[in-house]
Amino acid sequence: MSTATATHDDHHDHGPAKGLMRWVTTTNHKDIGTLYLLFALVMFFIGGAMAMVIRAELFQPGMQVVDPQFFNSMTTVHALVMIFGAVMPAFTGLANWLIPMMIGAPDMALPRMNNFSFWILPFAFSLLLSTFFMNGGGPAGGWTIYPPLSLQMGDGFPFMIFAIHLAGISSIMGSINIVVTILNMRAPGMTLMKMPLFVWTWLITAYLLIATMPVLAGAVTMLLTDKFAGTSFFSAAGGGDPVMYQHIFWFFGHPEVYILILPAFGIVSAIVPTFARKPLFGYSSMVYATASIAFLSFIVWAHHMFTVGMPVVGELFFMYATMMIAVPTGVKVFNWVSTMWKGSMTFETPMLFAVGFIIMFTIGGFSGLMLAIAPADFQYHDTYFVVAHFHYVLVTGAVYSIMAAAYYWLPKWTGNMYDEKLGQMHFWISTVSVNVLFFPQHFLGLAGMPRRIPDYSVQFTDWNMISSIGGFVFGVSQLMFAYVVYKTIRGGEKATDQVWEGAHGLEWTLPSPPPYHSFTEAPEVK
Amino acid sequence: MTTGLQRRNDRSFAKIALVAIAMFGFGYLLVPLYDVFCEITGLNGKTGRIDETEIAARYQPDMSRVVTVQFIANNNLGMPWEFGPSVESMQVHPGKIYATSFKARNPTGHDMVGQAVPSVAPNKAGRYFNKTECFCFNQQPLAAGESKDMPLRFIVDPNLPGDVTTLTLAYTVFDVTQVAMN
Repeated sequence: MSTATATHDDHHDHGPAKGLMRWVTTTNHKDIGTLYLLFALVMFFIGGAMAMVIRAELFQPGMQVVDPQFFNSMTTVHALVMIFGAVMPAFTGLANWLIPMMIGAPDMALPRMNNFSFWILPFAFSLLLSTFFMNGGGPAGGWTIYPPLSLQMGDGFPFMIFAIHLAGISSIMGSINIVVTILNMRAPGMTLMKMPLFVWTWLITAYLLIATMPVLAGAVTMLLTDKFAGTSFFSAAGGGDPVMYQHIFWFFGHPEVYILILPAFGIVSAIVPTFARKPLFGYSSMVYATASIAFLSFIVWAHHMFTVGMPVVGELFFMYATMMIAVPTGVKVFNWVSTMWKGSMTFETPMLFAVGFIIMFTIGGFSGLMLAIAPADFQYHDTYFVVAHFHYVLVTGAVYSIMAAAYYWLPKWTGNMYDEKLGQMHFWISTVSVNVLFFPQHFLGLAGMPRRIPDYSVQFTDWNMISSIGGFVFGVSQLMFAYVVYKTIRGGEKATDQVWEGAHGLEWTLPSPPPYHSFTEAPEVK
Repeated sequence: MTTGLQRRNDRSFAKIALVAIAMFGFGYLLVPLYDVFCEITGLNGKTGRIDETEIAARYQPDMSRVVTVQFIANNNLGMPWEFGPSVESMQVHPGKIYATSFKARNPTGHDMVGQAVPSVAPNKAGRYFNKTECFCFNQQPLAAGESKDMPLRFIVDPNLPGDVTTLTLAYTVFDVTQVAMN
């Protein structure tokens, strides 16, 4: 077992060490990428199981399955697990696997920290999930943990705060590693404007994470001291202000939603050209659009708080600033469409997910524009319309891009082709059911059904039932994905080095599966 | 990995880690920034405090204008005090000092300390509502069963925007017994 630690310093052609300790002590970017991705998949199913509880309770009006406190903790922890446990680690896993191979580097720049930043995560989420077994139950005040409600949580409160601290430290370290790798480890000739867009979007995402995660850490630390150390940051009795928490939280929270989507833009920008067999349309405009979105994300936070009581000038500023984000986002969508225009398109599973992403993410973008209209938001605020909006951008957006990435690069990672038939079935069942699941929630929200409430008025019954049925089908169909991944790892038709006829980029010049150390000698980039 | 690259990576790491630490500090810096911002803009319904001796120099009573000031009292969740204004509203001239009071009674069997927190609506009027004396300036102890008439002296700034004809002053009383004991 002690030989496992030697793999980092020893750059000869040998495989990984054997046994469990390989995974605990690994500093290899591919191993760590795999760990991140598997962790994300496990969390995806844990968070998904919570969503099933939510949809089961909402299948009918009245209280049937769980009690309201538990229902509220389901919505809260579902969000925390999906955001911090599933989507973010999945993107970090993809970054670990792909960035060194895409820029022609042998490994990540800081391999030991890489190991550390992954292995914090299982502890973070054990802490979070352990709160369910404590006096007072899991966090139930919403994932935004607004005070004073969140301060009423039971014994689990500090556990939740420390879980957020740990997850935050993990992603900050992961981001630092990514930035250092991209800045210092590119192959000769790989200038910044020659980098694949996935690398570009991750570089910008990493900066967003480094800038905002510490602010969240600060905010939750203030909550902790308010509860236990007698400070009054958010307590009006002591001269604080609970609304200030919302400002600090969303100063983190809005960049966070772009952290959850920018890497997705990079993935789609890699997949669409491959299957359209044309180079990406408007590469540099894609880079500038990503950077503008990142910049704008810092000046729009209060659009989450339109109803909190703001002067009209503030409402107008945040409304216009928010709408401005539609411009660079539109540039991206039009670029993808232009890339497909007159291309020789084929629709293998990754392309299906990528095209599904473009269409359904845009639907979510449009409902986002509706929410940005400050006067209209007073009606939409905290209704199921908001729930429908962010699930379109996060499930059919972020999660679809991760699925697309998994199908696209799995043959490269494992050396085996996935089962195309099962993959396409997975796509179609998911896409039909996810729309049955989330589209009716727009109607429910417009009709006034509030979010985060376990019961509802009877006139909402029909759409809720339909939504729940879609939810159950979508939930079960994700097991197909797990099966396809398992089957591909175990074996299958051998993949070529290039895997896809139209694929370009350094990672496709490596054998499938790639050697344990990717580019021990830097490749030539023209 | 060459040692030169290793050193470059370590330096980059240190620089970026410093940014992360600075941003943690920035999160805390947002707290005073928020207060300053609210003070400058008068947002958040925060009311002003003024010394009674300065009033004559600063304000001319505007006897031609009448503004209605309404008083509201709320209890924070779990605060058992009976708390309310002695009059529900007053007609006042801007620039002139008025006095009123709020009544509070502690109906419980133990001594308690309360803290009232004011807020003025509409938002933009907050900065024009000044108090010379207020029970909200200090924590208010009430023994078990004790009741108290708590005075309030205030003046409305004559520069109050013309479209504001009614001001609502709301107090929420919080139980700070625990904090006051420590």
